Amino acid sequence: MSRRFSNKGRLIQADKPIKFHFNGVQFTGYQGDTLASALLANGKLLLGRSFKYHRPRGVVSSGPEEPNFLVNLGKDHFFEPNQRGTMTNIFEGLTATSQNHFPALEFDFGEINSWLARFLPAGFYYKMFIHPRPFWKYIYEPLIRMSAGLGQAPKEKDGSTYEHFHAFYDVVVVGGGIAGLQTALVAGRSGIKVLLIEQLASWGGRAQIDEDEIDDAPVNSWVNKVLEELASMPNVSLRTRMTGVGVYDHGYFLGYEQLNDHKANKDGPRHRLWKIRSKLIVCCTGAIERPVSFAGNDIPGVLLASAVRDYAINFGVSIGQKTVVITNNDDAYKTAIFLKESGLEVPVILDAREHGGGEAAARARAIGIRVENGKVISRVIGRKRVLGVNVCLSSGEGETTERIGCDAVAMSGGWSPVVHLWSHCGGKLEWNDESSMFCPDKSRPPTNENGEGFMETAGAASGNTQLNEIVKEATELGLSIGRKFGGKQIRSNVPKVKPHLENPVEPFWLTPRKAKRKLRNKTFLDFQNDVKISDVELAAREGFESVEHLKRYTTLGMATDQGKLSNINGLAVLANALDSPISKVGTTTFRPPYTPVSMGSIAGSARDSVFQPVRMSPIHGWHVEHDAVFEPVGFWRRPYCFAKKGETTEQAVNREILQTRSSVGMLDASTLGKLIVSGPDAGKFLDLVYTNMMSNLTIGTCRYGLMCSENGFLIDDGVVARIDENTFLCHTTTGGAERIHSHMEEWLQTEWWDLQVFVQNITEQYAQIAVVGPNSRKLLNKLGGTDISKEALGFMEWTDALLGGFQTRIFRISFSGELSFEISVEASVGLDFWNALLDAGSDYGVMPYGTEALHVMRAEKGFIMIGDETDGTIIPQDLNLNWAISKKKNDFIGKRAHERIFMRNPDRWKLVGLETLDGSVLPDGSYAAGAGHNLNGQKHTIGRVTSTYFSPTLNRGIAMGLVQNGPDRVGEVIKFEKISGEIVEATIVDPVFYDKSGSKQNV
Amino acid sequence: MLIFECPYCGVLADETDLAAGGEAHLKRFGPGSSDDEFEAYLFNRENPKGVHFERWRHINGCGKWFNAARCTVTMEVFGTYPAQTLEPPTEITNNISIKRPGWKWKEFS
Repeated sequence: MSRRFSNKGRLIQADKPIKFHFNGVQFTGYQGDTLASALLANGKLLLGRSFKYHRPRGVVSSGPEEPNFLVNLGKDHFFEPNQRGTMTNIFEGLTATSQNHFPALEFDFGEINSWLARFLPAGFYYKMFIHPRPFWKYIYEPLIRMSAGLGQAPKEKDGSTYEHFHAFYDVVVVGGGIAGLQTALVAGRSGIKVLLIEQLASWGGRAQIDEDEIDDAPVNSWVNKVLEELASMPNVSLRTRMTGVGVYDHGYFLGYEQLNDHKANKDGPRHRLWKIRSKLIVCCTGAIERPVSFAGNDIPGVLLASAVRDYAINFGVSIGQKTVVITNNDDAYKTAIFLKESGLEVPVILDAREHGGGEAAARARAIGIRVENGKVISRVIGRKRVLGVNVCLSSGEGETTERIGCDAVAMSGGWSPVVHLWSHCGGKLEWNDESSMFCPDKSRPPTNENGEGFMETAGAASGNTQLNEIVKEATELGLSIGRKFGGKQIRSNVPKVKPHLENPVEPFWLTPRKAKRKLRNKTFLDFQNDVKISDVELAAREGFESVEHLKRYTTLGMATDQGKLSNINGLAVLANALDSPISKVGTTTFRPPYTPVSMGSIAGSARDSVFQPVRMSPIHGWHVEHDAVFEPVGFWRRPYCFAKKGETTEQAVNREILQTRSSVGMLDASTLGKLIVSGPDAGKFLDLVYTNMMSNLTIGTCRYGLMCSENGFLIDDGVVARIDENTFLCHTTTGGAERIHSHMEEWLQTEWWDLQVFVQNITEQYAQIAVVGPNSRKLLNKLGGTDISKEALGFMEWTDALLGGFQTRIFRISFSGELSFEISVEASVGLDFWNALLDAGSDYGVMPYGTEALHVMRAEKGFIMIGDETDGTIIPQDLNLNWAISKKKNDFIGKRAHERIFMRNPDRWKLVGLETLDGSVLPDGSYAAGAGHNLNGQKHTIGRVTSTYFSPTLNRGIAMGLVQNGPDRVGEVIKFEKISGEIVEATIVDPVFYDKSGSKQNV
Repeated sequence: MLIFECPYCGVLADETDLAAGGEAHLKRFGPGSSDDEFEAYLFNRENPKGVHFERWRHINGCGKWFNAARCTVTMEVFGTYPAQTLEPPTEITNNISIKRPGWKWKEFS
């Protein structure tokens, strides 16, 4: 059983006990404990269930690479799944629950999958669930969805806050171990700006656990001395609990700082995402130990040798009383020696190498540990915990030579440099046969805008295993960085470290080397995804020879740990199966982030009201005061309708329409885009931008215009007014002003740069109010000041005039079919003018109307709306707008596209009106089915609804739609299908439902 | 997060300030062109491994369109220049020739 054997752990404060809850039970740990160390100290070895087979799992590592011990952390607004227990420091009141089990961690139904394992090999899902087809939807998918996923999704809104930092440095050093400290120290002495970050809470990395002395002093006193000097440098910034998570093009670097995950007090931002630009990124990210592949290597109590050492030295926690060590290198001997010297039992060190270890092996033997060379574990005995191991020859098939009782296994399969950051942006790796690891190929770093490398590595991340080499490399790198970035000339000596005599690591990708199938079936490569040796071999046999295909077929290296423990072992097994060198098989692509980052940190402070800017018209405040129901239109908020007390929105909309049609209504149209296009070539330019002719527009008149993309598709529409010889005012749709402005700029700057034209977006400079209805002229006459009779201001004309003392521009245009004036005033007097209009119209019962009334009235008139009748695939001809396409012009954007065969196809769906036989409102977007079926067995469609409303004017449902050969089929009845399957019959009619002759607007 | 120098305002801008605009130096085919020419102009694009010419707009800056020459493999930027030109300036093509001898991109080399 695991327990706390000593209160002198390096990282714990034994005088500060802390209470926390795991799976509803209260435990006690110490300040400095991780959730993993505190639970191990309390004898909890079984900490989770595996994803696929629901096998009992315990913690396997002590760091960010942990695949097994994931928890649901916190509760309610502070709940987060998939948190690694090895990286979570405990604090008073912490609550966590284990994942992947039903109904309980100790007793789990899903474990039946483990007994079914031989029927659930790699690719099982692809093979099994394909037939019979209907089973997928009704049986397989619901079952898989129920059992899939690691933790639970949070149900409440995230109660924490997050923030972003933008920072600039000469150099960012990632990793606060010996290499990182020494590099930052030496570089920092030159005076350049340095940021040094460390993912853990404390500095110094593994050396304080593994090494004796630097500069004739204990490692930790060297670390403290260096930290003191670093802290005294104003040009150096130090951050702990900050992980380098991503490297992007041109040296953009992402740091992830966890500010209060370890505190009971959650005040202030929880995470901080650092967006950093620096000239150089130095990767001092260390290395991660590899597991050994033997049967039962996933049983709780089997840990990485380094992790066993960490728990013992850092937290005073032993995994077992009797620990068997299995290794292929000298490093794991340190674990055995420490345990033995701490009074714990080490029955045997199994060294897979025939010739065994060097200096360390001699030391182990000297203190009385039995060391067996050329021996490995054939399988671990036990299910929920380790009971013993069967020992066999490392070169054999797994015949047991001996059974040794133990309650823990420490395994070491060698070390893998953490090359993730180096690789994110294209840094290349090379396989080093001598050390059996992928190391950064320093001659091929990721490159910046000048084609120069922007990353370096130092320490174990470079592939160095000896501390004396590491300090030498770091010192030299620090000096060269100082020189390169213009720092002061400085001298720094290489710290003194005694070299160790080690025997080289020898790769054993499978132990024993010729393990039989029965053993391989229980040998796990990827603990998080339950991928076994046999799965990788199966994938190779089935032709998944690329390591990228292997990953996707077997899920090796996926999910939250991204295969930090499993990748190298997995691809080595693949290389073996393919009889190909590891260097040729290569690695899967390393992608950011290195470790998971919270969604909240990505959003930063961009939440709620600051998520997106909200644009408001100058009259917005009035709308708010008068109970407007708002809807978003682009970034704008526009009144949908103005609902009176006790009125539904439908009733409000109908009232607004009937009032406008019978007397007069007002619309806040300020949001309409307004672009000034001016210059000697403005007319010529607009002829190219619009499908209509604009250059022949006379001053004082308006014209409705259409704009297409070069693909021929309709992108915007609006009324153009000619202001003077060289100036046009182009109205765009509410959401379209910025887009169309950009569109014009693009053509002006990149194609027709010879034209002398200037475009200015003046949308927000003016308030615009539409006064609409048969009494609109009377209303304006009450304000007085200008003759707006039919003779003085005809339909589609505009004038600058004084109205009731306001300087206005009046356009006689109509989007409703009624007599209508759109009047613009400077934004600053928009609200005053609005109020003046309301006063003047009180005799006529004037009332504001919203966007829905606007929509219904335009649909009653058969006017199209960009975004309803268009969807990026519609050309003006589809909407019977041929009248607005000039035949005289040689060229306009989209003209050539309209000549393409597909655009001229007579079978294109075209705009028609639709009237249901029963007068009901057709469902928006519903399709009409024709005869026959397509290749997927779906009914052929012959049309769809684009706009559909209840018309209070006509007291029935009206709709517009696109129908195959529609205009030729007027009078025909076609059938639309509701989502429920119910059929609605509708007659094809002319899209103008109201005042076909236009007599109402032209008075 | 690529960084380009805007040739108009001289600012070093990263992608937050810029909008990508696809391939540079497209020759427009309008009315009167053949179906093949028009199709190629609308849809066919270079996808080189190496030297490439692109359009960018300094959208959250001065608003100007410019062209950039860069290497799609190493992300090296060979230069940026105003979009109002039919061909890259010789200063930039010479620079590319030094760094990528024998390069070719559409009709330029």
